[in-house]
Amino acid sequence: MSIGHTLLGLLESGPRHGYDLKRAFDEKFGHDRPLHYGQVYSTMSRLLKNGLVEVDGIEAGGGPERKRYAITEAGITDVERWLATPERPELYLQSTLYTKVVLALLTHRDAADLLDTQRSEHLRTMRALTDRKRKGDLADQLICDHALFHLEADLRWLELTAARLDKLREAVAR
Amino acid sequence: MNVRQWARDLRMGARFAFTGGREGWIRVLLTAVGVGLGVALLLLTTAVPSVLSARDQRSDARADYPDRYGHEQPAKADDTLLIAKLDTTYHDQDIRGRLVQPDGPRATLAPGLTKYPAAGDMVVSPALKELLESGEGKLLRERIPYRVVGTIGESGLVGSRELAYYAGADDLDQHRDNWQVARLDGFGGTEQMSERMDPVLILLVVVVLVALLMPVAVFIAAAVRFGGERRDRRLAALRLVGSDSRMTHRIAAGEALAGALLGLVFGTVFFLIGRQAVGSVEIQGISVFPGDLNPTPVLAACVALAVPAAAVLVTLFALRGVVIEPLGVVRTAKPARRRLWWRLLLPLVGLAMLYPMFGQGRDNGDFNKLLVIGGVLLLLAGVTALLPWFVEAVVGRLGGGGVAWQLAVRRLQLSSGSAARSVNGIAVAVAGAIALQMFFAGIESDYTSQTRYDLDRAQMSVTIPAGTPLAPVTEKFAAVKGVRKVTALGVGSAGDKSWRTGEGPDNMAQIAIGDCAALRDVAALPSCHDGDVFALDVSWNDEDTKALAKPGRTLHLGDSEVSGKALDVKWTVPQGLRHARAVKDANGMERGGFLMTPSALPAQAVRAISGEFYLSLDESVPDVKERVRNAALAADPFANMTVWTSSEESTKFVAVRKGLLVGATCVLLLIGASLLVSQLEQLRERKKLLSALVAFGTRRRTLSLSVLWQTAVPVALGLLLASVVGLTLGMVLLKMSRTPLSVHWSSVLSMAGIGAGVVLLVTLLSLPPLLRLMRPDGLRTE
Amino acid sequence: MTPPPGSLLTAENLYKAYGPTNALDGAGFSIHPGEVVAIMGPSGSGKSTLLHCLAGIVTPDSGTITYDGRVLSSMSDTERSALRRSEFGFVFQFGQLVPELTCVENVALPLRLNGTPRKEAERTALSWMQRLEVDDLRGKRPGEVSGGQGQRVAIARALVTGPRVVFADEPTGALDSLNGERVMELLTEAARSTNAAVVLVTHEARVAAYSDREIVVRDGKSRDMERAV
Repeated sequence: MSIGHTLLGLLESGPRHGYDLKRAFDEKFGHDRPLHYGQVYSTMSRLLKNGLVEVDGIEAGGGPERKRYAITEAGITDVERWLATPERPELYLQSTLYTKVVLALLTHRDAADLLDTQRSEHLRTMRALTDRKRKGDLADQLICDHALFHLEADLRWLELTAARLDKLREAVAR
Repeated sequence: MNVRQWARDLRMGARFAFTGGREGWIRVLLTAVGVGLGVALLLLTTAVPSVLSARDQRSDARADYPDRYGHEQPAKADDTLLIAKLDTTYHDQDIRGRLVQPDGPRATLAPGLTKYPAAGDMVVSPALKELLESGEGKLLRERIPYRVVGTIGESGLVGSRELAYYAGADDLDQHRDNWQVARLDGFGGTEQMSERMDPVLILLVVVVLVALLMPVAVFIAAAVRFGGERRDRRLAALRLVGSDSRMTHRIAAGEALAGALLGLVFGTVFFLIGRQAVGSVEIQGISVFPGDLNPTPVLAACVALAVPAAAVLVTLFALRGVVIEPLGVVRTAKPARRRLWWRLLLPLVGLAMLYPMFGQGRDNGDFNKLLVIGGVLLLLAGVTALLPWFVEAVVGRLGGGGVAWQLAVRRLQLSSGSAARSVNGIAVAVAGAIALQMFFAGIESDYTSQTRYDLDRAQMSVTIPAGTPLAPVTEKFAAVKGVRKVTALGVGSAGDKSWRTGEGPDNMAQIAIGDCAALRDVAALPSCHDGDVFALDVSWNDEDTKALAKPGRTLHLGDSEVSGKALDVKWTVPQGLRHARAVKDANGMERGGFLMTPSALPAQAVRAISGEFYLSLDESVPDVKERVRNAALAADPFANMTVWTSSEESTKFVAVRKGLLVGATCVLLLIGASLLVSQLEQLRERKKLLSALVAFGTRRRTLSLSVLWQTAVPVALGLLLASVVGLTLGMVLLKMSRTPLSVHWSSVLSMAGIGAGVVLLVTLLSLPPLLRLMRPDGLRTE
Repeated sequence: MTPPPGSLLTAENLYKAYGPTNALDGAGFSIHPGEVVAIMGPSGSGKSTLLHCLAGIVTPDSGTITYDGRVLSSMSDTERSALRRSEFGFVFQFGQLVPELTCVENVALPLRLNGTPRKEAERTALSWMQRLEVDDLRGKRPGEVSGGQGQRVAIARALVTGPRVVFADEPTGALDSLNGERVMELLTEAARSTNAAVVLVTHEARVAAYSDREIVVRDGKSRDMERAV
């Protein structure tokens, strides 16, 4: 995810201090990985250099960096462009799981067992996500659902592969 | 809308009817059988006119007596014939009997005969031959002891089961005076007897026809709708592939048409089978030759056209409230609440049409046939119209009860219309049957209750023509097993002038001769000895006796019945004439005139005195009446017998009532079959639900009971309404024929019983599939 | 083998054949009170047959099923029916509500089958419908409510008798994911609140994710993933 664009977007609602920016980011998007302050600082200096933000003012006293940033016209345009550009769908053509299954078949290990274990692991994760979704707010629910759908897709692949193991075994043995 | 498209759609529907797999076949077969039975009945009805005219023709062609009674009889010639009417009754069956004595070789021949039997021989109808040869005819053989030498041909009989014989005689000359003997020079009514048919009988016929045909119509309408829900789904599938809603309606009509056409074929076959069967059936003494049972062509053509047309119309009408969408069948949103007023109007208008004919009775009745048919039709149609409203109204108020009841009631509430439709046929049939049963019962008691007779004193009377001495006959009767007491009276007349004169006596009085015991049955005698003569004081209407009962006056004894060569025996009223008061005799009447003890009668007067015997019987002795008849006919072939027991007379109608009951049962069974079909169809649709209900522990009994209630409630309501309408119609008919009103509860109960039986049967038959559907397989989705 | 300690419903070595095919081929199962166990597997694997056996709807050809110390597989049909009425609840994919009865009457049905008077049964039914947020449908007939609403009514009906085990066979099979999840949430919540065990047959992972653990059935054989690890 582009942290620069996200921070720019957060600035659109009004000028903020660097520290405020980090807090706002963590609150909305940083569920699993909170932003380091250093990351904010380096990102902001890059944006400043590119003319996408400007320093709105410096507060006296207090901490080392009390700069207040504001978004520039160019910054707004940049955010707009970023939002309008579709993300490239992720492809999972190089799947570790596939490799494992084929290897298991080649070495005459129990591939079905492997798949079942993997499914169990997936489900364990899904259970945790479901539980969190249940207790969380709408934002939690949407994020967890995103993850759940991806895991479900994996699981569907697992089911399909399990159903085709015999054919796959033949193909691999050739 | 072009014809070709119509034809194409109808044809397509017809093809669907036959290509629907096993279920499709069953559906078409059921429709066809249902329609076929209806068609057979209709064809039978259209054959009635030809049957009646054939009977009339034959009966007219053989008319001999009493049609010619009162006409001048021809003089003896070689083409004349002496014929005596000796009709008798055996085990409640009437037997037409004739003694014949040709006057010459060219004697006119009766229809159905090739030559007259010689004295002591007879020709008989096939049915009589059967009867005589059977064990049942043992006593009859004693009564008709002649040798069977041939059978009477069809042209000499009015019906296939008629009992008749012509026996040869050589002594009829001796009985020339008897009113039962006549000389003929030809058969056939020389002049049409303008006999007016009993209007009540006409009424009866009309009502029977309407009451029988109405349920047939309802049933045909129901039959073409067998399996309708399944068909609707098939039509929905057709909509999905692009046929428009009009096309689907036409295709549905085509399916119904196919069933109806096959039904016509079935009906014709049923009719032909039934026609053969009819030859061996006798109802109320009426039987029919299969050959006479020919449908009137015009009416038969009407049936052949009307039935398929009705099938199409009924289908289109039924689909009127149904919108067949590509994805399923939608019954047009909640149907409007059924309104009562116009439904009530039908039977009320029917009643109003019948009302003007109230109290017309049998004697001067003149029933407007159109009004009768219309009124009865409307009353019965009222059942069909009222029932849906009635079922809806009652079912809507039902509640409470157990789970089974709740399931059934809710189901009925949701589809009270189809429930009502399926029992409509039952309701109309039962209403008609109840009304007819009641009418029959009423007429029956009216025709038979001989309240005048004192059944405690005698149950049978026998009259014997003058000339036969009474004492030996009395002994013969007394010797019959089962005869408790014989009261014998000789009867005759006494006049003031000779019976031989042209005009006969001016004043005349009855005379009765008997022993004191016999005389005490007709008068209160203070004392009585042989040789006594009494004059009866009657309060009114017997001025003649007063005038004649003068001691010393000479009177002429004779028998007014014997015309021509009447006897003339003189008798002088004795000085010792006593007076006595008449009491009601066993006939329920008071005699007038003179009473004589046997020795008071001049010996030569015996030939002027005919005999009257009153017999008290032990009716528990089998065949006692037949034995008495045999004894009487042995004593004198021209003896006449009357059975007084009213119960014997009423058996005439038993056959009709039985027939009616059988007919109603058949209709109910047929409708039961249609109930079963829709029941099974419905159960199959609910396979999944049933399995789910069983899964969460519903008892099989609960589900079975709910199926029972689901059938029983509408049938019970239908029967209730039918009883009310039937009883009303019955009362109206009784009122019209001016017969005392009496509710015939046993017919209501028997109909209700049959209805209940049908419900049970339908439930029982739907249980095995129900139990099968309740197996957990229904839960399996794969 | 004896059932694992604390187990409410246990099955061992179940065999069941439908004609030539073995629907169950030595399957086993175990569930504790308050536990939600998903039975997963491809279609035709014998999931539903296992559920039907566990619920006493179908008797296995061999094997033992023990419920609360009683051997289910040797009970008579009447006893099993009574058990299903009083101790078990059922939710199916569709077609389980009686179309003629109103929703509240449908929910009250199991209570009434147990002999509870109508008024009382419908009062209890209504309180369960409130918990499942469908009490406003009380007078409607199943044909007049949406699929999700219908399943919630069905869940209310499954829970109305206070069952100790709820059997749910693809309860969300006919629903979209939003409705399906809501139904699963309500089902598991309600079951947990009454400490009822839930046996959940599903082929959807996201539905199975509402369970505490899953059992995989493949070719009539079961695999308990918890114990395998």
